Amino acid sequence: MIKFEQVSKTYPGGQQALRKVDFHVEQGEMAFLTGHSGAGKSTLLKLISIMERPTVGRVMINGHDLSAITRKQIAYIRRDIGMIFQSHQLLMDKSVYDNVSLPLVIEGHTRKNISRRVDAALEMVGLRDKARSLPITLSGGEQQRVGIARAVVNRPPLLLADEPTGNLDPKLSMEIIRLFEDFNQAGVSVFIATHDLGLIARMKYRTLTLKNGQMITDGLDDAQDQGLFR
Amino acid sequence: MSLLFKGRSHGAETVRVGGLQRIFMFFTDHLRQAVNSLGELWRAPFASLMTIGVLGFSITLPSTLYVIVKNTEQISEQWQQASEISLFLEQGVSEADAQQLLKRLRLWPEIAEVAYISADDSLKEFKLLSGFGDALNYLPSNPLPAVVLVVPTSKHASPRAAQILLDKLRKQREVDVGKLDIEWLEKLYALIGVAKDLVTLLAVLLFFAVVLIIGNTIRLNILNKKDEIVVMKLVGATDSFIQRPFLYTGFWYGLLGGLMAWVTVLFVLLWVDFSMDAFMAEYQVSFNLTSMDMSTLFFMLLVSIGLGLAGSLLSVQRHVKDIEPR
Ligand SMILES: Nc1ncnc2c1ncn2[C@@H]1O[C@H](COP(=O)(O)OP(=O)(O)O)[C@@H](O)[C@H]1O
Ligand SMILES: [Mg+2]
Repeated sequence: MIKFEQVSKTYPGGQQALRKVDFHVEQGEMAFLTGHSGAGKSTLLKLISIMERPTVGRVMINGHDLSAITRKQIAYIRRDIGMIFQSHQLLMDKSVYDNVSLPLVIEGHTRKNISRRVDAALEMVGLRDKARSLPITLSGGEQQRVGIARAVVNRPPLLLADEPTGNLDPKLSMEIIRLFEDFNQAGVSVFIATHDLGLIARMKYRTLTLKNGQMITDGLDDAQDQGLFR
Repeated sequence: MSLLFKGRSHGAETVRVGGLQRIFMFFTDHLRQAVNSLGELWRAPFASLMTIGVLGFSITLPSTLYVIVKNTEQISEQWQQASEISLFLEQGVSEADAQQLLKRLRLWPEIAEVAYISADDSLKEFKLLSGFGDALNYLPSNPLPAVVLVVPTSKHASPRAAQILLDKLRKQREVDVGKLDIEWLEKLYALIGVAKDLVTLLAVLLFFAVVLIIGNTIRLNILNKKDEIVVMKLVGATDSFIQRPFLYTGFWYGLLGGLMAWVTVLFVLLWVDFSMDAFMAEYQVSFNLTSMDMSTLFFMLLVSIGLGLAGSLLSVQRHVKDIEPR
């Protein structure tokens, strides 16, 4: 699903954020990306959503080389990727419903279709009764779930999350991760960047670790154990 | 269709909507966005009014001048129609010869009317008007010539054509002197020409200014919505989708500015008409400002909307592209 081949990224200032990164996350897999702050996790995710372009190497999604994607096509690529951010990236002056429906409005769905899908997405994250609320009136955990509902509302085959539990206590964090597990069960590939090692330790998922821009463990050994549990 | 995932479709393709329904959806979508943009203007009425005012006044000025110039042109045409050629006949021309001349001239296609004033009539009239009265009786003979007044047809009434006709008339054996007082008319024509050029120049300059002002207003709108635009791009909005509401804003600025210009032009013209009436009464010329006809009004509105759209297009193409999620 996501494949990196010898990918390096050097920012214009000269900061080398990624060095020769190689890995492959399979279709339908759920994997974590970890590493210290500044290790390059966000940069790696940005290369997948084409918010940045690699300096060297190839990034591929579902076998398609992203270097072939033109500026104009990027918008369409992002419709296939549900993205979740630590800072939520919600529209604060729009209702929860309007926030979650945004990807569908952009894609030009009928109103009926939009309403049906938004209801379903809000149901999944347990916010059905908050549809008319403004995001500011919600707690941090609820805001994050609005972000998740928005990311999954158009049923993308791939979910990316950058520090989705960043500001949440362990219990809420676990709830969020359970949500991702649900989507993964439904066949969605999930790739989560987090520096919350405690959270990862409690689970048996493949974990890729970055250190100073290099991938030091790919977690493949763990993944083989994990196969027994599935 | 998705670029990365075969068989995964985006949006309207998923649900089988018929062609007709899709067209209907397209229009309702646009209508909704247009109304939303209008709502945004309404929510910041002061700022919106300022921009609309700039547009409205900028269109008012050239429009008013245009109407005035057009009217002046019409008046000068009135005068020109009345322009006549005076032919003073040779002293020795007899009454019978003069009548011969008149007969000939009446056959000319360039000439609409001819009138004859005999030397005696000229003298009588002169006596009446000058007040010299009986003093003129002491003259040994009538010093005034007989006069033929020639009115050219409207086709031959323009200064140039009238001049050609005059030259032709002068060549007639009976004619001593021919006079056509068109110099002032030519000057007026030249003046109107210059005025027209100035109005055009003014309009072009003002229109440029308007495009830049609208462009800048829209630029500020875009920067104000930077966060929102970033979010929309993150969830897959194309540039053109993001641009649309701003283009509608430009459209509304144009439409409302144009409507405002209608009202102000109307008032300015009423005022000009009023002050002109007093002035023109002295000259016994009717100066009824034909205020704007339907097609001119429509054209004004079109120009206004065009300027609004041009300004927003200019801005939107530069600035929406520059905002990228980081
Ligand atoms: N836009 C940028 N311009 C320059 N340097 C950047 C930029 N974004 C990140 N970096 C640098 O790249 C390195 C990796 O950053 P990041 O990918 O955000 O790490 P992480 O998400 O793991 O904390 C850091 O040293 C950071 O300072
Ligand atoms: Mg980060």
